[in-house]
Parts: sequence; C-alpha cells; structure tokens
Amino acid sequence: MIHSLFLINSSGDIFLEKHWKSVVSRSVCDYFFEAQERATEAENVPPVIPTPHHYLLSVYRHKIFFVAVIQTEVPPLFVIEFLHRVVDTFQDYFGVTNVGDQLPTGQLSVVPWRRTGVKYTNNEAYFDVIEEIDAIIDKSGSTVTAEIQGVIDACVKLTGMPDLTLSFMNPRLLDDVSFHPCVRFKRWESERILSFIPPDGNFRLLSYHVSAQNLVAIPVYVKHSISFRDSSSLGRFEITVGPKQTMGKAIEGVTVASQMPRGVLNMSLTPSQGTHTFDPVTKMLSWDVGKINPQKLPSLKGTMSLQAGASKPDENPTINLQFKIQQLAISGLKVNRLDMYGEKYKPFKGIKYMTKAGRFQVRT
Amino acid sequence: MSSNSFAYNEQSAGGEATELGQEATSTISPSGAFGLFSSDLKKNEDLKQMLESNKDSAKLDAMKRIVGMIAKGKNASELFPAVVKNVASKNIEIKKLVYVYLVRYAEEQQDLALLSISTFQRALKDPNQLIRASALRVLSSIRVPIIVPIMMLAIKEASADLSPYVRKNAAHAIQKLYSLDPDQKEMLIEVIEKLLKDKSTLVAGSVVMAFEEVCPDRIDLIHKNYRKLCNLLVDVEEWGQVVIIHMLTRYARTQFVSPWKEGDGLEDNEKNFYESDDEQKEKADKRKAYAMDPDHRLLIRNTKPLLQSRNAAVVMAVAQLYWHIAPKSETGVISKSLVRLLRSNREVQYIVLQNIATMSIQRKGMFEPYLKSFYVRSTDPTMIKTLKLEILTNLANEANISTLLREFQTYVKSQDKQFAAATIQTIGRCATNISEVTDTCLNGLVCLLSNRDEIVVAESVVVIKKLLQMQPAQHGEIIKHMAKLLDSITVPVARASILWLIGENCERVPKIAPDVLRKTAKSFTSEDDLVKLQILNLGAKLYLTNSKQTKLLTQYILNLGKYDQNYDIRDRTRFIRQLIVPNEKSGALSKYAKKIFLAQKPAPLLESPFKDRDHFQLGTLSHTLNTKATGYLELSNWPEVAPDPSVRNVEVIELAKEWTPAGKAKKENSVKKFYSESEEEEDSSDSSSDSESGSGSESGELGESGEERDSSEDSSEDSSSGQDSESESESGVQSKRAAKKNSKPKGKSGCEDGEKENEKSKTSESSNAESSSIEESSSDSESESDSESEAESRRVAKVSTPVFVPMKSHVLLHRMSGKGLAASYYFPRQPCIFGDKMVSVQITLNNTTDQKIENIHIGEKKLPMGMQMHVFNPVDSLEPEGSITVSMGIDFCDSTQTASFQLCTKDDCFSVSIQPPVGELLLPVAMSEKDFKKEQGMLTGMNETSAIIVAAPQNFTPSVILQKVVNVANVGAVPSGQDNIQRFAAKTVHSGSLMLVTVELKEGSTAQLIINTEKTVIGSVLLRELKPVLSQG
Repeated sequence: MIHSLFLINSSGDIFLEKHWKSVVSRSVCDYFFEAQERATEAENVPPVIPTPHHYLLSVYRHKIFFVAVIQTEVPPLFVIEFLHRVVDTFQDYFGVTNVGDQLPTGQLSVVPWRRTGVKYTNNEAYFDVIEEIDAIIDKSGSTVTAEIQGVIDACVKLTGMPDLTLSFMNPRLLDDVSFHPCVRFKRWESERILSFIPPDGNFRLLSYHVSAQNLVAIPVYVKHSISFRDSSSLGRFEITVGPKQTMGKAIEGVTVASQMPRGVLNMSLTPSQGTHTFDPVTKMLSWDVGKINPQKLPSLKGTMSLQAGASKPDENPTINLQFKIQQLAISGLKVNRLDMYGEKYKPFKGIKYMTKAGRFQVRT
Repeated sequence: MSSNSFAYNEQSAGGEATELGQEATSTISPSGAFGLFSSDLKKNEDLKQMLESNKDSAKLDAMKRIVGMIAKGKNASELFPAVVKNVASKNIEIKKLVYVYLVRYAEEQQDLALLSISTFQRALKDPNQLIRASALRVLSSIRVPIIVPIMMLAIKEASADLSPYVRKNAAHAIQKLYSLDPDQKEMLIEVIEKLLKDKSTLVAGSVVMAFEEVCPDRIDLIHKNYRKLCNLLVDVEEWGQVVIIHMLTRYARTQFVSPWKEGDGLEDNEKNFYESDDEQKEKADKRKAYAMDPDHRLLIRNTKPLLQSRNAAVVMAVAQLYWHIAPKSETGVISKSLVRLLRSNREVQYIVLQNIATMSIQRKGMFEPYLKSFYVRSTDPTMIKTLKLEILTNLANEANISTLLREFQTYVKSQDKQFAAATIQTIGRCATNISEVTDTCLNGLVCLLSNRDEIVVAESVVVIKKLLQMQPAQHGEIIKHMAKLLDSITVPVARASILWLIGENCERVPKIAPDVLRKTAKSFTSEDDLVKLQILNLGAKLYLTNSKQTKLLTQYILNLGKYDQNYDIRDRTRFIRQLIVPNEKSGALSKYAKKIFLAQKPAPLLESPFKDRDHFQLGTLSHTLNTKATGYLELSNWPEVAPDPSVRNVEVIELAKEWTPAGKAKKENSVKKFYSESEEEEDSSDSSSDSESGSGSESGELGESGEERDSSEDSSEDSSSGQDSESESESGVQSKRAAKKNSKPKGKSGCEDGEKENEKSKTSESSNAESSSIEESSSDSESESDSESEAESRRVAKVSTPVFVPMKSHVLLHRMSGKGLAASYYFPRQPCIFGDKMVSVQITLNNTTDQKIENIHIGEKKLPMGMQMHVFNPVDSLEPEGSITVSMGIDFCDSTQTASFQLCTKDDCFSVSIQPPVGELLLPVAMSEKDFKKEQGMLTGMNETSAIIVAAPQNFTPSVILQKVVNVANVGAVPSGQDNIQRFAAKTVHSGSLMLVTVELKEGSTAQLIINTEKTVIGSVLLRELKPVLSQG
C-alpha cells in the first residue's frame, strides 16, 4: 500500500526516508513542494496530491510533514490514520528521555494489545474523564452551537491479565462512543458497562459525545468591545472574561487568542492580570490570563494603532478561548465503579474529572 | 571506484547540512556528523572495521549508523560486502538491522545479495516464529528476480506454517512476489485460495489484501469464505478490517439483489402524481417480493459495531459499505459516526467531509440533524472551511435557510478572503435552489457590491450575473448599479461579467449601455483579454440594436481589436465585423446576426462539484480525487437476479479436513481468537439468524474461552460473562441450529480441539518446541481449560483433544453394490454432539452416477442390545459427481459389535454395517504422571494385560511410538519424567472407564506394553492390535 515515506521539516528538508518496495526517488517530493507553495500555509496543503505516477498522501504534525507515496488505489483514510499512528509511536518512543536504548521487540500475545508477563510491585489503575466544550458564541453572547466531547484516558499498571469493568451512574448521557479495541462492544450494547482487558500503560479507553438534547452549560463569558473608526488611525479594544455556569468550581488556565485584522499595526494594551503579547507580523494577540477571580474579573484594554489612510477593517476578530476546570465533568457524567477480575491482588484505583475548552470561539 | 566514492561524498556532504536540528531525534550517534570530504571517507573505513570486529557491540553500533545513513537517504551501498557477512549473526538486534540494510540494497547488488539467501532459507526453518517470519519478510523484499522460485517455495511452505503470524507474513509476501514477477500469478492464487480458508483473525486481513492486489476479480474464491469473514471481522486487526470491508462491499454488489426500493433514491419521496393506481400496486407487489438474502443481512449486521472503532479508516469503511449496500432506511446510522470523525485531525476531516459532501447531495435527511456540526470556525484551514460550506449548501432548505444565511453573513466578513468568496458562491447557489429566498439573497449580494474588498465585490458580481441571467425581467436597477461599479472595480472577471450583463440587457438600459461602451472603448488597450472580448461583444450587440448611437464607437473598437496582440481577440474582431457590418462580400449569415448575438442563452446551473461523485466507491482515493486512480476497482451495479446463493454454503467435510492434520509436520494450527468464532459450518438453509440474543447452551464456549484467556484461573468466572456477547449470540444461534438440524458435528469445539491437538503433538515431540510466547502460553493454559471442562462435565477424567486423527476411511457401501451411490466413513475422534456416550462417525456420500440421487436416508436399523444410533438428516438430493459429508453418532456400548442398518435412497435400500476399531471407542484423557501412576495402581491384577514386543531400536524412539500408538487408538499422551517409559491415557466413550497404556523400553530392543483397564475385553483387544503395530519396522 504505502510505497515510501518521506519526512520533511519546516524548512523543506527531507530528513528521513523509508522505502518498503523499490526505492522512489526523492524528486517525487517536488510535487509536494509545489503544492506547499501554492497553499501558502502549511495546514492548507492538500492531504492528497496526485502526481503523474504516484499519489502523495500527507499528514502535518509537530511542524513536520509525513509524506506517504502511493501507487495504486487505497482508501486515503487508511494511509492517513496509519501515518498518525506512526507519529504517535514516534512521540512515545522519542518522547520523554530522547531515544530508547533497546530496539522495540516484536511481541506476539494472545491478547494482541497486551504484552504477556506484565509485573508491577504497585498495582494501580488511573482513569481521567476529560470533557471538552466545543462552542461558537455569537456577538451578543448567545450560543450558536455547543457540544461536549469527552474521553476517558487510562493509565493502567497491573500485573498479569486483569479483566476490568467500569460502569457509570448515568450512561444514558453518552450519545455516541468509540472504543479502544479492547472494549467488548456487545457488553456495552446490552448493559452499558465497559468491560475490557486493558493494554499495559497509557491508552485512550473511550471517546464519547454527549447527547445533543442536554443543554450545554457554558462556564465562561467574554464581554468585548472592539471598535475601529473610519477617520481615526486608532481603535479601541477591551475584553473582560468572567465565570458563568461553573458549578462552584474555579476556572483556571485561561488563555485568550485572537487573530487581529491585517490593518492593525500595533496594540497598546493593559491587562488587569496575566501577561499578553501581540505579534505585529502575524497579527496574533494572545493573553495568558491564568485563574479567574470572580470578585475581580480579568480584563484587557487599550488602543490599537491602524494603518494610516487605510479604510477600517470589515470584520471583527474572533476570540479563541482556552480554560480548564478541575474536578468537574461538565456533562455530569460519573463513574460508578471499577472492578477487577482475573487477578488476585487488590489494585489501587483512581478517577479524575476535568473540563476543558475545546474549540471555543467567541465572535465579536 | 574513486569516482563512485567521490559522488557519494559529495552527496552526503550535501545531506549533512539538511540534517541539522534533526540529530536529536536520530538513533545515530551524531559524532562527526559534519565530516568533511576526507573525514567521511575515514568514517566509512571505520564502519567497515567495526563490522569486522568480533565484538557484537561494535557491530551493532556500526549497523545503527549505517541504517541511519539509509534513513537520511545517503548512499551506503559500498558497505554491502561488509554488512552482508553479518547476516548470519547470532545477535538478533544485529540481524534485524542487517535485514533492513539488505532490503534497501539487495536490488542494486544482486550478486552479493545471493550470498545471503542460504541464511534466510535456514532461518525459514528456525523454531522461533518471529525469526521465520522476518526471514520470509526479507526474502520477499529482496527484489532479485533470480530467487523467484525460492520465494515461491518459501511462501508455499510458510502458508502452511503452524504459526498464524508466519502465515500472515506469507500473505504479505504474496503481493511482493507478484509485483516482482507477475507470471507467478496462477501459483500465487493457489496460495491465496488456501490462506483464504485460514481461520486465524491474524491472517484474514492480510490474505484479503493479497487477494485484492493479485486477483480481485476471482470473486469465486470468496464464496466459501464469505460467512467466515463476516463472522471474524470484529476481531481482525483494524487495518485488515478496512481491507476486508471494502472487498466485501464489492462482493455484495455482485451477489445480492438491490435492497433499495424504487423511488427510494429520491430524497423528497415525491410520488409520481400521474402514476395510475395499478402501477403503484404493481410496485408495491414488487416491493413485497423482496426478501434480503441472509448473507447480505449478515454483512450489514456484523459491520455495524465497527462504527464505534477508534480508527477513522474503519469507520469510513463501514460508512461506505452502508451507503453502497444497506437498505436506504438503515443508512442513517452512519451519520453520527462520521460527524464524530470531524473532531479528528485536519487530514481526516478533509476526507470525511468530502464523503459527507457527496452523501448530503443525495440524502439531505441524513445530515440535517447535524447541521451545526458543519458551522465554520475561524481557525479551520481554508480547505476544511470550503468543504463545510459545500455541505451546508447541500443541506439548505426552506426551513433552515434563514439561519444559514445569518451564518453566511459572518463568513462573508471572514479575514480569509478565499473563503469569503466561496461563501458568496454558496449564497448564489442557495438563491437558485430555494426560490423563496432568491430575492433576499440577491439583495444581500447587491449590498456586498459596496464591500471594500475587491475579491468580495468581484465574486458578488459574478454570482449576481448568474442569478440575473435566470430571471432577467425585473432587475434594471441592479444592472444600473453594476454599471456604476465599472468605474471602480478592477478584477477582470467582474468587469467582464458586468459588460456581458449590460450587453445582454442593452435594450433595458438604453441610456447607460452606449455610455459604458464609450468608457470602455477608451480603456480598451489597457484591459485584460477577458474584458476585451466582452467589450467586443457589447459593441456588437449595441451595433445591432442601437446602431445610430454606437456605430462609430463599435467600429473604433473593432479597429483596435484588429491590431491587438492576442490572436483570440483579432480572431473575434474579424468574426464580429463580418457578421454585423453588412457589405457585398458578407454571406447569408449576417442576416441572422441579431438572432445569433441576442439569442436566449440558457442560464448556468449552479451545481455542487460533488454531484454524482458517488459513482466512485465512497472512501476511495478515486472519490477524493474525482478521477479514476490506478488500480481502482469498479463497484458493479446490483444484479437483476441474484446469483446462486448456495455457493456460499460450506460443507461439513471442509471442517473435518481443517481439523485433521494433513501430514505429520504440516498441521494447520488455528489461532486463539479473543472474542469471535471461526466457525465455518454456517449452515446453508437457515443462516438467517437475525436473533441477536442467543440463548441455548454454551458449554463448548466456556471451555474455549477459558483457554483463550491466558492462564489466569479466575478468568473462568468472568469469561462466561466477559466473553464478548457477539460470540455468545453467535454460538447461541449456532447451538440452536445444531439442535434443530441434528446433523452437524460440534464445529466450534471441534475446531478448538484440533488446535490443542496440534500443540500437544508438538510439545510432546518436543524436538522443536516453539520458544515464542504465543505458543507457550497457550499450551500452558491448556491444563486449566481442561480442568474447567471437567468440572462441567462431572466426569472422572477430563477429556483432552485427540493427538492425531487418522484420515483412514472405511468403505460403507461400494458404488457397485450401491447402484452408483458410494459411501465411506471415518472417525473424526471428536466428542459426539448427539450424546455423551456416542462415537462420532462421519459419512461421506458420493454420487457416481450421472443422475441425481434423491432422499438419501437411513432406513431400518439392526442393532445389538443397548446399542443406539443417531442418524443423519435425510439428504434431499445429491447431484451427479456430488459429494456430501454427514455426521452421525453411534453408542457402541464399549464393544466392537457391528452396527447394521440400511442406507436408503428414494428407490433402493442397501444393507450396510459399521464395526468400530477398538481404538475408536476411546476418548483421550489428560492427566499427570502422578495421577496416572495412582490410577494404574488401582487397576492391577485382573485389570492388567501386558505383552513383550521386539523391534529394531529405531522403532523405539519416543516420536515413533507416539505416532504408532495414536494411529491405532484415540489416546492422550501423558507427560513422562522417564525417558524409557511412555504413557497414554484414555477413557471409553460409553462408560467412561479408564484405559491406561504404558510402553516401557527394556534392554536389547525389547519393550513391554502394559494396558490397565476395568474393561478387560477391549483392553485385551487393544493389546492385540497394538502389539503387531509396535513391532513392525
């Protein structure tokens, strides 16, 4: 399927190549470079590029293009998904302490996702329920669209071949789910219980979507006033971030990012807390707010200097928001219990909840 | 040589610069990475030295660096001789890296590469399956045509390997060999055919991949494996699932009739108003007549859970399967999953959105509930934005258009102008599609004409032009407005559009048109070619309608055009002049000039670029590119009449063959599956097992799962429930069916048994025990699983699997005496499904006549006292040359008495009889040496018989004795701590009495054979039978 693979860094150098069949010359990447030039931005490079004799399928991650060379019909997602897995593996392997000494050993196991003979002195299983709110908020503050996507990430370090079941207090909340291959699907269908022999280490057990009938609580609001005037070369800018429906939990790790119109030359702003930067080249404004204190709402205000003589920009910038709320799953999802079968020892179990902003945009 | 190395050094010097900053992620030591010309040469010398050193660590270091060079695209070919020497290294790490090197350079250095071949051939026989597999992988990756025969042989052998992992690699090698030498096709198809029968989930995906590459048109190879593939699918690894699903989609389109009702394709479900009642009734009848083939249903049902896969490619594969083969009413389930994928990476989004775009044109309803999921975010890449816009346009209808237009207003203001322009196109399309909002849209677009951004204005002009063309009557005002724009707008397409509009409507704006012509005549020379052509057109039209005012202007323009640099414009000028300016030379055409220029022009259709794209199979590269990609396999149209569905029926005989080792060494080893079953004996008639919740006994299932779960004892408790219910239901269905049919062997347990048997015979031979984890763990777990089945069956001794199943069949009815009907039987040595006390017998019926034989059944039975017989279900008919295998069970009451009965056809009855060899009255038993001795101690005296055997020493090796004993009797081997003693244990089928066989080697090529059993009669018969066999040479 995949003939060859080229890794191309941000400066356009092919720094690694691998050929599974006969060698394909590097020059095939020229077609890719052409497309890259046309696209101007890296993320606009088409993932599928036809060339006279090959097809180039690529993914872009960590500022590196992974370009697969294909010769015949293949489901493009097959290649794309595979490339993403390759990147994941690289990340794992090269990740924390540079390069592992040992070459990976090929292992065959009865349960394909779990190696045999796992041993730990401390047996522990941790599960993180992480929910992300994707939302578009319009100018007036009302919600255009909002939905909750969640995942359960696990870190399981258990000896032997444990068989786990995890149940929820309110499984009906989950509208759409996708599983790690270890999860027994029929068990979920009939009993709404996650039953599985876990892989060893870190893995994503479940991704889910919360049913659309439940109204999504929006934990923050943004008050904004951004104005350009036709006559003046100065514009006014002011935004305030405040808590909305937070179930009594603190909102932390707030950041605000906004792509300002091209006409903005510079910004002179004062934050009530946190730090901010404006890049006059990319026109990107970012403000690292930190924690929101409900008594004293964080704000950022000041002026924008605009290109003299140019007409005022048509559009107002959108504001992209990031935040975190610990110990809260905004959908209200709750894990009921976690049981282990198949092994004798008593494992240590832990569940953590967190809510984050996903793709959270405020139009101004 | 010198020029070679020069080239290399130059190249690598160039390469060095590019790897700056990548060193951190490289496995290669960065020391001296910036070597100059000279130091580089030295570096290679030093690599050669390292490779020749006798320290593995140095070699490993060198190989790491060399593989690093290859990865960076540097030429390392001159090291070939030094590297290839290490191919036989004992160090597995070095070996792996040498393999990587060989795969890269063997094609360039064929002669030297041949030196390594014998190493691979040896490695192909290695006891470690991982080494066998990698040897095959490398051998098949070396593209040296001379070794094609060797590869072919290796593939053939590997395809019969005990390890499913090696067989998987054999399937991979098929594709490689095929690409190296397409002439091998026929032989490779044979291997594919064989591997398609493999029941391992590990092999399934790979062999289907090979099938798709080598012989995708050989649909006939799939028939018999179709149901198995459907049932295995959930447990195949993700990548295999994708390939199998795509293949089965194509298969389904050739084998089943369309499940789509007429008129179903119409989104609006508009009934033909004028259709007569009769016609409707006729259609309704047709509809009623359709019943989905159970196999068709099986595929749709079994793929559904995979929509929950974490792998986007799998989800997409299922989605396209539903789109192409499921009834339209069921396709809806895929929407949610596809929408879920939109949370993924941009590349995945891109592909998924394209497919949704195609689907949403035909079936709005599917994605309407998810409208908001396609709202655009300012952070989306442009290509994602435009695709979302495309989908929003497809989904627009009267109900949601006002919401959408509000949303579009935001988009038009986007900083991404390319996207803003696309939005304007979209508004235009909505305006034409939904007549209610045409005016609203038009007004909105006119407002945009005063936008500051030229691209936005230009796009608006173009779209307005198209809209006006559709309803030219009442828009004089807009045209006037546009005429004014001509002063400010510079984008050529927009200027050209305005000019064309004015030309078309010149009679509606009689005052403005000539003035516009005047202005553009002035600017003619500096206009874009596109605009020039439209100025000429405008001139011509005005000349024809208003020659008084514009005659001179037009002639002026024509003169300018005559000398234009662009020949298109000169051409057009000449053409127009001849047409409109009458002179004596002008032909008949000029009479019709007005008709030609001012003819009613058809309005352009604003269509989605995704319209009709679904003639490409969704999810394919061809669909994404909207052109046929190399190797694209066409999806055929549904057949009018379904081809014979019975081709998918699997006869029992195949099963029996599968369990049975074909030879001593080559035994099929089926794999441990996690949840699914590999049952193949899906029955012909009633596989319509729609009932998802299976009930019925699952005894076979429990034992199996205990074995599959690794050795943990506790797993039994949860394996009953934790066993994925997919297989539970399947087995439920299966056992129900078995109970109903009463004619099939217990496929499931039989299959598992076969597997254990293989393992056991292997371990007991112990000559080449697998060192790999998979085999070991499974044979470890064997005893546990056995203990479970014992607990369940409450028997004294636990039944294990047969060590060996002789293929010897006995004649039941000769064709001469059966008037062409021939029958033979053999003992599959499986526990009988018809009763605990029965012996399984498989009867193969052959029709040697040239006519159908009908209603084959068992007639009158003449059985000795106490003996019982479970007959097979009557065979309705047997085609000429046909053969069928049926199962029955006979309780021989632990005696060798003959069971006589009549085998009847429609016309005749033949008396036949079965006399069981004593060895077949037994079932093997697993026990420890200790237990054996204990039991033996209780069966002495009267219960013991013995004999002395004399034979040549070569007949007394453990493996020979094992083979001889199990050939005669269905006994299980007992692990022995002494080299000179071999023990075998079994129990009688009827009463469950133990039968213990001991062979003790004495000095002087003699051995003592001892049998301990309560059943002294059959004990001594067995002794009598074993004695000559063991003493034979």
